Amino acid sequence: MRTDITGDLREATEALQSWNAQFPDVAGHFGRYGGRFVPEALIVALDELDAAFRAAKVDPEFQAELAHLHATYTGRPSPVTECHRFGEVAGGARVFLKREDLNHTGSHKINNVLGQALLTVRMGKKRVIAETGAGQHGVATATAAALFGLECVVYMGEEDTRRQALNVARMKLLGAQVVPVTAGSRTLKDAMNEAMRDWVTNVDSTHYIIGTVAGPAPFPEMVREFHRIIGVESRAQMLELTGRLPDAVTACVGGGSNAIGIFSGFVDDADVKLYGFEAGGDGVETGRHASAITGGSVGVLHGQRSYVLQDEDGQTVESHSISAGLDYPGVGPEHAWLADSGRATYIAVTDTEAMEAFRVLCRTEGIIPAIETAHALAGTIELGRELGPDAIILVNCSGRGDKDVETASRWFGIMDGERAPEGRA
Amino acid sequence: MSKLHEAFAEAKAENRAALIGYLPAGFPTVPGAIDAITAMVENGVDIVEIGLPYSDPLMDGPTIQAAVDQSLRQGTTIRDVLETVRAVALTGAPTLVMSYWNPIERFGVDAFAGELAAAGGTGVITPDLTPEEAGDWIAASDAAGIDRVFLVAPSSTLGRIEIVSSMTTGFLYAASLMGVTGVQSVSQAAPALVERSRPYAKVPIAVGLGVSTAEQAAQVATYADGVIVGSAFVRLLLDAATPAQGVAAVGKLAAELAVGVRRTA
Repeated sequence: MRTDITGDLREATEALQSWNAQFPDVAGHFGRYGGRFVPEALIVALDELDAAFRAAKVDPEFQAELAHLHATYTGRPSPVTECHRFGEVAGGARVFLKREDLNHTGSHKINNVLGQALLTVRMGKKRVIAETGAGQHGVATATAAALFGLECVVYMGEEDTRRQALNVARMKLLGAQVVPVTAGSRTLKDAMNEAMRDWVTNVDSTHYIIGTVAGPAPFPEMVREFHRIIGVESRAQMLELTGRLPDAVTACVGGGSNAIGIFSGFVDDADVKLYGFEAGGDGVETGRHASAITGGSVGVLHGQRSYVLQDEDGQTVESHSISAGLDYPGVGPEHAWLADSGRATYIAVTDTEAMEAFRVLCRTEGIIPAIETAHALAGTIELGRELGPDAIILVNCSGRGDKDVETASRWFGIMDGERAPEGRA
Repeated sequence: MSKLHEAFAEAKAENRAALIGYLPAGFPTVPGAIDAITAMVENGVDIVEIGLPYSDPLMDGPTIQAAVDQSLRQGTTIRDVLETVRAVALTGAPTLVMSYWNPIERFGVDAFAGELAAAGGTGVITPDLTPEEAGDWIAASDAAGIDRVFLVAPSSTLGRIEIVSSMTTGFLYAASLMGVTGVQSVSQAAPALVERSRPYAKVPIAVGLGVSTAEQAAQVATYADGVIVGSAFVRLLLDAATPAQGVAAVGKLAAELAVGVRRTA
């Protein structure tokens, strides 16, 4: 009896100490961040979603269905690849990539989308909507909608439909309707506004599959839980491959879903440092960037409190990044709290630094990363040089770069057989 | 009794609904908006809502988006909004601000409540702030002696209506439909929502979203204490060839709506 009680207490104490169990609180707050700042019309839908999510979380049937999909459709577990030649550039550190780029649809986004699509079916809804920046989340949502026979509308900033024309075509091939958004800066932020407007109008029939760990509760927590598989798998893989935990885990951060996914597997391992690399655009000091934590301030955007890029009147400031997927003026509330609490470190990486790392990975490993991912790679090169040859660094390789071939070709000046400009390729 | 309560009480004494008109500050210009709002009041609008332009207006359709976008591009600031409140309050009409939450939080919750009160404003409508996240705002609005207006929607459960009704002051804003501003029809859900809210509401209930004509105003006035019109006024300013014509058109619509809310059904 006594030992049972002690055991229960220990378990309860451990649960309290676990970051993932502790945050968010019941109202969706990560410290002072998160929460719900939405029109009253959406509250009931968010409550309904919250209930469906919590029921699914403890339902073995739901978990088995999702696991089966991941094994037979997504291609999980995704491998971990050691990058010897890339590691030489990164100060000789041992660098490992968690290969989310090898998932079906080419990025980590599918993890969350399959989970939310299953929930959509459970809630009896027939239509899904999504916002997308680079188009990876839009493609993933269109894919899941096709798989489950759901109507799908994807909102995408007009500017992004130009930057990511290939993904627009993919979404259309998959049967989704792509709506170019012409309001505001015509990028991800405005696509999210438009998706919210659609949702509040059609909430009876429609589920809004938010593509990142942002938005009103329960989205930040729910999206984390669907991406947690990245961290859980890679933690076991690293122990298997190296016999120990990595010294650092790195990821790029726009809204922050791939980063939260991999961080969540290591957040309770105090000796594992967590690094999030934000899009520094032309440099945070220029004002033309997308680094909400490094260069922003506390505010409310898209239904949650977090760090945002805003002026002194609280008007959202346009973000800038070569990466459409990171070109967002906010960040998920859990990242804000990880930053404030000191558990994770956030550093801005410029367009130039990211593209250099993009080139290095292509040439040293035969892997073309997404430009988003290249930000994490650039940060990892610096980190490896700091930590030295004994260090083990795990990078979330969140997506593949097929969609970015045109942007990269233009950057390196290799279109139409042009010579690369000095210092670029 | 606050000016806002008085306006509802006066309307009630006349056996009619109060007419509430919305226009955003700084559109077409800061003085132009003041002129247009003054014309609304002179032509029968009882209560004024001044929109605080925000970069990400999630609850607004294309009409209001276009107007606030232009207002922001011209550089309208929160200071300009407070000046607009000061000018409009001089007309004697109870003057509220309608604002998304972030600008208020950024300005400073206590500072905003205090400065609004000092400018003669009587309250604030917060379309993306629900009572659950409003702890600081409830304290600040109480301290400044201004009303805080929360919303109920057709999707609100009785439990939600009870919570919102217990926290709203001044009036309860009943959003007539599931959607954004600028839809030109009042949904069937509106009378049912007002009916469900009645037992919980300790303050008058005003219906907004979808009202654009005198006919619709008259119909809503049969079951609500207040009728809110926004996008229809904004549309007139957007379409006007000159600012003067815009002001005249706003005045004309206000007069028609004022007749509407007085029509006994």
